[in-house]
Amino acid sequence: MSSPSSTAAATIPAVGRIHLPALAVSSLVLVTTALAFVFFVAPNDQSLGFAQRIFYFHVSIAFTAYACFICGAWQALRHLWKRDPRADLASYVCVHQGLIFGTLVLITGSIWAKIAWGRWWIWSEDELVLFLVLYLFYGAYFMLRFSVDPGPQRANLSAVYALFGVVLIPVSFAAIRLAKAYFHPEVFTLHGPNFGGWILVTYCIAQVAMLVLAYTLYRLELGSKRLDVRLRRLREVLA
Amino acid sequence: MTYIRDVGALARKDLLLELRARDTLPAMLLFVAAVFVVFHFAVPGTPSRLETTGLLWVAILFTALLGLGRAFVPEREQRTFDGLVLAPCDRSAIWLAKSIATLAFLVAAEVVALPLYALFFHPIGGATVLAVLLADLGICGVGTFLGAMAVVTRARDLLLPLLFLPLAMPIVVGAVGASVVASPGRYLLLLALYDLLFAVVCWASFEYVVAE
Repeated sequence: MSSPSSTAAATIPAVGRIHLPALAVSSLVLVTTALAFVFFVAPNDQSLGFAQRIFYFHVSIAFTAYACFICGAWQALRHLWKRDPRADLASYVCVHQGLIFGTLVLITGSIWAKIAWGRWWIWSEDELVLFLVLYLFYGAYFMLRFSVDPGPQRANLSAVYALFGVVLIPVSFAAIRLAKAYFHPEVFTLHGPNFGGWILVTYCIAQVAMLVLAYTLYRLELGSKRLDVRLRRLREVLA
Repeated sequence: MTYIRDVGALARKDLLLELRARDTLPAMLLFVAAVFVVFHFAVPGTPSRLETTGLLWVAILFTALLGLGRAFVPEREQRTFDGLVLAPCDRSAIWLAKSIATLAFLVAAEVVALPLYALFFHPIGGATVLAVLLADLGICGVGTFLGAMAVVTRARDLLLPLLFLPLAMPIVVGAVGASVVASPGRYLLLLALYDLLFAVVCWASFEYVVAE
């Protein structure tokens, strides 16, 4: 009995090199620092005032969500190409984190639209519309994944669909830009923040904080998912 | 050369099946006509050309979805999918042949739907026809691919629109843009680019959809 269980254990190695508690502490410190910078160091925006500070989180969360989706597609490619047995779960967890951060993008973007244009939703904000499309796309990813029984076929279908995502992102972005030409002939000009000084520093800290936070959550979820798989295999061995 | 012969044989099989059973095409034709009638009553007043162009594209997209949902049903019902996968041909030939067959159905439906639209609402320009053809390629290529994915899941027919509509968003932008603006060049380019990009992705990855 010991040999099958040890193979089950052997197929599930540790997730990453950095210790998870260390990651958790560093993301806590970074997010706290980012909050402090956003509220106390970054200068007030001249046209939008205090509320503009949500920009630091909105943009950094959006970038993090893209990173998650691209990472998910990369793991999907590794699954299809190299047949790496761990890549399927990693790809799924990446997309899951991407969807969580995508939700936050839609929420913060909606708040920003309310501040800047007085409405909770605005179709002329490219990134917001793109995230809505991506949100629907990756929502369907979950529908797809959970309506196939676990196994190689589920892994293949999920991987192929995740790869479609990275093709969809630039094509959709181009399409949304083009769609503006027949929807909104007038161009919205928001006085973009003058990128420099404390604004840049604050943004960079917020960006790093979000990326580290996403990586921590990814590691946490992947670790627990792998533990689940391992537990199931051990149960099968014992049964 | 054998690849083209394989694709031809597979596509001929689907077209012959449709010719004998007449399952899909009459349904698509009735559906698109019914959608136009519903639109007429759903939009009060006399809708402008801009508005009816939008209606036309929604009708085309949903009619295509109807056909795509049926694409792999014969394979599932007759349990011929395993036979197709085991056949000594490249797996991507299955996708290509099925796409060609669905494209034939969709174009046949549009041959009726476009004049009907012109009769009911507004006349159609050359750019719209070109956009329809380019959009059809993308719709059938991507839609057939997703149909093959959906058919192996538990949710089946429920899943295809969910998978397809977010991916079809750029097609809608390109098609509507090409139909309504004065110089449709870049919208047609977007459609062509979409077709090319997704054709390559579908062609390269279809094997993973059908292989266990």
